[in-house]
Amino acid sequence: MLLREVEYARPGSVEEAVELLAGHEGARALAGGQTLVNVMKARAASPDVLVDLNRLEELREISVSGETLVLGAMATYTQIMGSSEVQVARPILCEVVARIADVQVRNRGTIGGNVCSSDPTNHLPPLLLALDASFTIRGSGGERTVPAADFFLGVYMTAVAEGELLLSVSVPAAGNAADGFAAVTIGREGTCIVSAAACLGDAGTRVAIGCVDAVPVLIEPDGTEPDAVRAAVGAAGLDPPSDVHGSAEYRRHLAEVCALRAVQQASERGR
Amino acid sequence: MAEPSTSASISVEINGEVYEREVDARRLLVHFIRDDVELTGTHIGCDTGNCGACTIQLDGQAVKSCMLLAVQADGSKLRTVEDLANDDGPNPLKQSFSSHHALQCGYCTPGMLMSATALLEANPRPSEDEVRTAIQGNICRCTGYQNIVEAIVSVNA
Repeated sequence: MLLREVEYARPGSVEEAVELLAGHEGARALAGGQTLVNVMKARAASPDVLVDLNRLEELREISVSGETLVLGAMATYTQIMGSSEVQVARPILCEVVARIADVQVRNRGTIGGNVCSSDPTNHLPPLLLALDASFTIRGSGGERTVPAADFFLGVYMTAVAEGELLLSVSVPAAGNAADGFAAVTIGREGTCIVSAAACLGDAGTRVAIGCVDAVPVLIEPDGTEPDAVRAAVGAAGLDPPSDVHGSAEYRRHLAEVCALRAVQQASERGR
Repeated sequence: MAEPSTSASISVEINGEVYEREVDARRLLVHFIRDDVELTGTHIGCDTGNCGACTIQLDGQAVKSCMLLAVQADGSKLRTVEDLANDDGPNPLKQSFSSHHALQCGYCTPGMLMSATALLEANPRPSEDEVRTAIQGNICRCTGYQNIVEAIVSVNA
């Protein structure tokens, strides 16, 4: 397909990338391109300048610093799946990214692209909210770190403003926490109709539900018993969208089902 | 390429041969391969990143060439389905596709072969489950997949 005319730049450093993003109107970061190139085909996005991050090796680093796992924004799903650091520090991340799309997409798609696209059906926003991740963003004014609760702002909208760049995602190492993830998808491992991630940690039970609102919804049930989870989902007063894959009522039902399954999986692992 | 431009001069190695071309930034890699370099074995099926008919290898990894820009491949090594051809007849994978009747219309086959090649290079004796995972991004509307899976499992079995 012929895309609308676009300018392309390939910065050699993060500084240069931020300069390009801040200095050109209509500039947009190109990560794995597994969403962006497609939405450009559909003309749903029409950036004037693409700033290709694929040669910025420093953004692909995965490291552990103290009790925190730091994933560079350009770490691909394939890289995360094969990372012993991630496997040790927060294995749920390996499990969940292995369920995203297919091999070819996982070879290119990145954690940064997944969260910055803030598509309500993406796997990682609810998971990273449940895990209480934080996001490091650089703009021309310097660096700042945003908690997951303030990062996802709406459909396709995040705390990364125009002219800014997501550098990394930091996830607390699991420690004594146990995690679970459940989703009902279109096809075996397709797009989520509803998803839920659970983290049972020292701070209690955190469950984040995806696909039921513009951004993932966090609930904190009073314990891990099914009745407590049901009560918390009910109290959230979810008003999910209806579409061809599921009515609002069906999604509300699935929200409870997925939350229960995610908490159950985490509980079984925590024993 | 630090300054934004609507076109760029790129150098790409495809199947061991280096191609240097001036391309528009908006040109998809699959069009570069098929129309500029005229290697038409790589197919365009859906052009939305779903079907996998355009699968090639980029620096050793299977990717869908309709979801990359040609300028992004600058300096990379690509392999397309033409690289599986040799003068002594079909390679073992293609022979296995033939003997298992793993294709009917053949449209998806170049992508299937490239996904299977990437799998077999990393894992020469995959299980049926591993094969199904490896070709999950490749859609076939003729065979129902069973014969494709058998063909790939059997290559080094």
